[in-house]
Parts: sequence; structure tokens; C-alpha cells
Amino acid sequence: MIVLYVVLAVVVLAAAVVVVRRVRRRARPAPPRRAAMPEILVRDVAPMPQLDVEPSLNQRLATSRGVFDRLRSITGARELSGDQLALVEEVLLRSDVGVATTSEVLEQLRAHGAPDGVAPALRQILVDSLRHKRSTSSTADEGRVAVWLFVGVNGVGKTTTIGKLAQRHRGEGRRVMLAAGDTFRAAAADQLEQWANRTGSDIVRAAEGADPGSVVHDAVGRASARGDDIVLADTAGRRANSSNLLDELAKVRRVADRPPGQVLETLLVLDATTGQNALSQAHEFLAATGVTGIVLTKLDGTARGGIVIAIERDFDIPVKFVGIGEGVGDLVVFDPETFVDSLLGAQR
Amino acid sequence: MFDALSERFERLSASLRSRGRLSDADLDRALDDVRSALLEADVELGVVGAFLSAVRERLSGQELAQSLTPGQQVIKAVHEELIEVLGATPLKVTYASRPPTVVLLAGLQGSGKTTAAAKLAAWFKQQGRQPLLIAADLQRPAAVEQLRVLARQVGVDVFSEPSTPLKVARRGLAEATRLGRDVVIIDTAGRLTIDQELMDEVRAVAKATSPHYTFLVIDAVTGQDAVRTARSFNEALALSGLIVTKLDYDARGGAVLSARGVVGRPVVFASTGEKITDFDLFYPERMASRILGMGDVLTLIEQAERTVDADVVAESAGRMMSGTFTLDDFLAQLSQVRKMGSLGGLMKLMPGVSKEMRTAASNVDEGELNRVEAIVRSMTPQERSNPSIINGSRRTRIARGSATSVGAVNQLLRQFGEMRKMMRQMGSGSAPALPGGLGRMAGLAAKASRGDQLPAGFEALGAGMASATTGSRVAKNKKKKGGRVTPPKQR
Repeated sequence: MIVLYVVLAVVVLAAAVVVVRRVRRRARPAPPRRAAMPEILVRDVAPMPQLDVEPSLNQRLATSRGVFDRLRSITGARELSGDQLALVEEVLLRSDVGVATTSEVLEQLRAHGAPDGVAPALRQILVDSLRHKRSTSSTADEGRVAVWLFVGVNGVGKTTTIGKLAQRHRGEGRRVMLAAGDTFRAAAADQLEQWANRTGSDIVRAAEGADPGSVVHDAVGRASARGDDIVLADTAGRRANSSNLLDELAKVRRVADRPPGQVLETLLVLDATTGQNALSQAHEFLAATGVTGIVLTKLDGTARGGIVIAIERDFDIPVKFVGIGEGVGDLVVFDPETFVDSLLGAQR
Repeated sequence: MFDALSERFERLSASLRSRGRLSDADLDRALDDVRSALLEADVELGVVGAFLSAVRERLSGQELAQSLTPGQQVIKAVHEELIEVLGATPLKVTYASRPPTVVLLAGLQGSGKTTAAAKLAAWFKQQGRQPLLIAADLQRPAAVEQLRVLARQVGVDVFSEPSTPLKVARRGLAEATRLGRDVVIIDTAGRLTIDQELMDEVRAVAKATSPHYTFLVIDAVTGQDAVRTARSFNEALALSGLIVTKLDYDARGGAVLSARGVVGRPVVFASTGEKITDFDLFYPERMASRILGMGDVLTLIEQAERTVDADVVAESAGRMMSGTFTLDDFLAQLSQVRKMGSLGGLMKLMPGVSKEMRTAASNVDEGELNRVEAIVRSMTPQERSNPSIINGSRRTRIARGSATSVGAVNQLLRQFGEMRKMMRQMGSGSAPALPGGLGRMAGLAAKASRGDQLPAGFEALGAGMASATTGSRVAKNKKKKGGRVTPPKQR
């Protein structure tokens, strides 16, 4: 019974406060005022260092490589200098790869050296770390309807992703049903409906505040009756640290997986600007809904989305699609090599 | 992953030799740990560097404080510096002499602009103003509709029309003047900073409406890219401040420091949840603790000060230490704690509490608390002060009286017994085997009661308490004034 412990904790804390306050009353006067902290910490945003491997892969990006010519010119270094490692560290950290994964990569570089240059060695390590099966499945068993479920926190672009994927499936000749399972956010269903119109898909929606499970259930039933091939089910954005909200999501998944529905993919939509919290998101959504893949959105900005390297490493969830713009066609299948190259060298 | 910091510091402070002064080597090691912590909290690399060199300059060669280990001294300094950076030059929202006061919101897609606009409108309304919302996000499908729905909830009108953002903004402003509204909030479309066309567009909207306040809406889960975003928007729009959203996530929110450190403009508002009311002024000291993973003791204390009867707490805390804690005390504590807010919320603010505990606590529903209270209330005064007399027939009676089962009564009594045992251990100074970080907390309290040193989080807390007690502190139990618009200045 957690209640008692929580109460105990609060009481302990309150007791500590009381005691500290008493101790403080007796204690020394406030320390003398010191020089103020500068208000602007960083005047210039440092340009992202680059580790160009094959500039040709980055043709759509105007690259200016100054610092890194130095690094690239060093070929066949058995042992890397501290400066070189620091540079690699900077590239990785600035891409949101995270402290733990970065130190691991540095460790590998330190151990094996870089006989063919630092950039190719780093590229190889990163590409190797992205070796997961990335195929998606959209063909359900006989008599059932394929369901793709989209989950994620607020504002990552779930609804937009569904719109783009609907277009993709339509292009491949499937009949698509959209399920407006986000019954929480104001006008979310309206947004999805516009996508349905734009892509020529069917849609099932309910009033705001309705049970998302029932919306998805209706959508699957209707899709089956109409002979649609696939249901793309939207869900409300939710923070990943509330298990009540995650339980609700787990229920939606169970409902969707009941015949005639069959959940083939549960895609976690992740915003490329997200930092280390993405790990926590992956962990929680994986536990609640058995995430089968990631859609990395907003990769057309300046963010690199390096956190997916940590996610693939820690949770074995492959990135399957990448969102690279606002247009209906701006969703592509994830390609590790292109991703790593842009991580190392992309600069606009 | 995040709670590792305090542990790291405990190890560190033990390994640093105190030679009267902080040596450079000591400082190197300590600041290395701070660096990792800041990076894990998503503070941008360049900002981390600049911040740490400022801290280093301050600390280098400093005399060691008597009451602190070197590691504690470092983290205390870091904490103070963080508060200073985050809280420098607070913004006071004033109103234009010739209304309306125009507020422009900008930001990336999905940062929460539309929701923030509605929440801001509610906040202004609460300040006694009559805001008008202008929905100039014509990009995202149904964005206008979303704002309308939210605005209806807070009882604020929305102006929009299907033309261009610039026209909408202009016409909206004229409409506000016509209606005599004194605050106008313009919600714009989310845009990427590299999209020149859209950046020009928002600049044109700003030029046409000459806003008194331009806020960048940035979400707390943002990573390293926060600096680029903040800087580009600042260059395009000359920001007056930041609004940070999604603070209810478990991210540590280093992006706030990154953005702040690059544009030098204050964070003015913070959005902490999905409800319209989950919106308040930004408190730098809370953010500082959060970034360092120290829990948010100050908020907890403020909440406690506002709601809790200090005498009641002190009295039963005393009994707790001496091991004579009764079910009556428990009941009193429980009602005090419940006054402070939801258990999940409280646990989130606690330092050193494991994630499992936090999740567990956030899932305790009020019904369970009600049942616990009902069980205790169904006991006679005698039973409450001496639970050992509760035999089988008494249990049956209590279960019936509280509409629970004998099993539930048994469980409560068993847990209460364990709790008392732990308290006795605490009183005697040994750290009991509590789950998660509670053991450590308990140890701390025992330490504190013996007048020992406390680790840095508590030091900072202590300092805050000291200034709070000496200064003109808000009287106990007095509700905070609703109309205050400047975040409280730090000590």
C-alpha cells in the first residue's frame, strides 16, 4: 500500500524542514553578494561541427566544412588524439545522441582506432548500430483487417503522420479507413477529417470526450464491412509518465486487435527535436502497447534526431519512417546510411 | 537514470579530500559530473560549457565551507548559479496605456502554442482583463477550430477568417479595438526556423501588429536544438520572453536553460498540464532543482507552507522520531498531506524518489485514500492510540463501519506497524530499509535532527528557508495573491 509510504515520505520531509529551519535560525548570516552571472551565456550558437563522409550524399544541404577538413585529412590513425575524440563527442552530443551512447561510441573508437580516418570509422559504427529489420506489414490474416496504431506524446505530429501514410497506402492501391481515436484534443478529429478528404480515405469519428476504444472498434467493424484493407488509428497525445493514460492506450490496442481487427504495427511517433526524454517515451510506450516501430518527424528542421540511435540500441525498436516536411508526400522510409550521413554532416 | 546525480555527488564528496580549499583537481572532477548531469538534462553543449566556466571561475580557490563537503559545496554553487541564470531580469507584464496590449506567440510545430494561447487568455481574464484571441494559424488543418473550442472553455472570444495570417492579425486587432478589448493574443502557425518564407510571414505579422510582448513557446522535452530555435526566433522577432510547456512530462527540461542562455530573455510562464488551469508564472528555483534532478523541494515546501498547519506537523514529527506515533497522528498527517494536493504530484516534487515509486504514487486514486481514512475513523480513540488491542471482533466491526473488508483492515494495520518500526529506526539514526530513495530521505531527517550536515539539496533548501523566515515572508496559511505578475525575486 503505497499510500502509507507517501505519507511517511511527506512527513519525513516536513520534519526535515522544521529541523533545518531551526538549525538555520542559529546559523551564519547570508553569504556576501557575488558578481552576477552573465545574462546571456552564449553569444553565438556554435555551428554544428561536421564529419562529412561522402559529401555527394548531402547534396541538398549546402555544406561548409572547415574544421573537419583537418580531421578528414588524418588517415590511418591507430590511436586517436584527445582533440579528435572531443570533436567526435561534440558532434554526437549536439545531435542528441546522449551521454551514455556517446561514451560507448568513443570507447569503440578508442579501442579500435580509425585506420581509414575518423569520419568513416564513426560512420561505420553508427550504421552498424542501426541494423534492425525495418519492413512493415500491411497484410492481415484472411478475413481480418490490418490496423496500424499511432501513439506518442502531445504535439509530435501523429495526426499529420497518419495523413501522409494514408496517402502512401492509397498510392499502393489500398482502401484506407482512418479512426479518429484522439477524442481529447479539441478539433483533432476535424484535423484528421481534412486528411481523409485530401487522401480519399474513409473516416470514423465520434464526439469529443468519447471512448477512444469504441471509436477504433467502430472503425475496424466498418472497415471490415466495407472491405477496406487497412485502418490507421489515431490516438490522443499523452505524457509517458502517467500509467492511467498508458493503460487507456493499452486498452485501445486490445480492442483494435480483436477480430476482425489485427494490429500489425504500433508506431511510436517521435519528434526529432526531442532530447533525452525520448528514451523515457520509448520505454513507457513499449511497455504499454508493444511498439513495433518509430516514425521520426520534423527531420526537416535543424534538429538531428540522434536520440533514435540510443533508442534502437536500448530498446531494439527500429525507426521505420521519417517525416521531412509538411507536404503530403514528405514521409519516406528510413534509411540508416542517409540518416547517419546527415547526422554527421548535414548543415544548412 | 536521472536520480543518479545525487548518488554520484555523495560518492564524489566522499572521495574529495578536504584540504581547506577546493583544489583545481577536485573542481575538475566535480564539474565533470555536473557536465554529464546537465547534458542528460538536455542543456545544449555550448551553454553547458559557458555555464560551467562561469561556475568554475566563481568556485576556484574558494575556501571550503565548514558545514559542507567539497562535493556538496560544488553542487550548491551550481544550484545557485542555475537559479541566477534562470531567474535574472524577470519580466513584469504591464498593460499598454492605449489598449489593447498585444501578445504574439510563436514557436515550432507541436510546441503547444494554441493551448498556451488559450491558457494565457484564461490567465489574463483571471487578472481582470478582457482578452481577445486571434487565430492566425491557418496552416495546420483545424487549428482555428481547436482554438475556438479551447476559448469557449475559458469564455473568451476568438477572431479569425480564412484569408492570410497578416490580414487576420490586422483585422483582429481592429476588431479588438472596436469591441474595447484590452488584451489581444495572437496564435500563429508553427514554423521551422529554416523556413524563410514562414519566418518572413511571422515577422510581417509582428510588424503589422507591433506586439508589446512576443513570446516563444518552447516545450520542455526539446533537446540540443533549443538554442538554434530560440536564437532564430529572437533574431526574427526580438522576443520579450519564453513560455515553457509540457512541464508535466518527466523530462528535466534543460532546453529552458539553453534557450534562456542564448537569448537572455526571461522565462515568463510555465505550462504544466493538459487542463486550462495548469498554467502559471515560471519559478526559476524549481526549474534549477529539476534540471539537476534534485526534485522540487521548494515547490513542495511552498505548498506545505501554504496549506499545512506547521504545529500539527511538528508535533507528530516529534512523536514519530520517538516512536510513539499513533493512528491519530497518522490521520492528522494524512489530511495535511491531502490538503497539499495529489500524491502523484507531491511525489514528483520529492528529491531522491525512484521512478517506480513516482509512478505508483501517481496511480493512487483518491478513493483509496478515502478508504484508508474511513478505516481509521471507524476505530475508537483507544484503538487508534493503541492498535495492538484490535482483535478479531474489533476488526470485523471496523471493516463493517468503514465499508471495507477485514483484509483491508489487516493490511492497513500491518503496514502501520511496519511504518512505526521504520520510524523508530529513523529516530535512532540508522537508515531503515525503505523502498526507493525514501531510505535516504529518512536517514537525512535523522541526520538533521542530530544537527549533522545535510547534502546540497537540503542545504539550498535550508538557505531558502532562512531567507524566507528572516524576510517578510507570506504569513503561514495565507493564500498567495492571485494578481502577482512578477516571479518572486530570488534571495
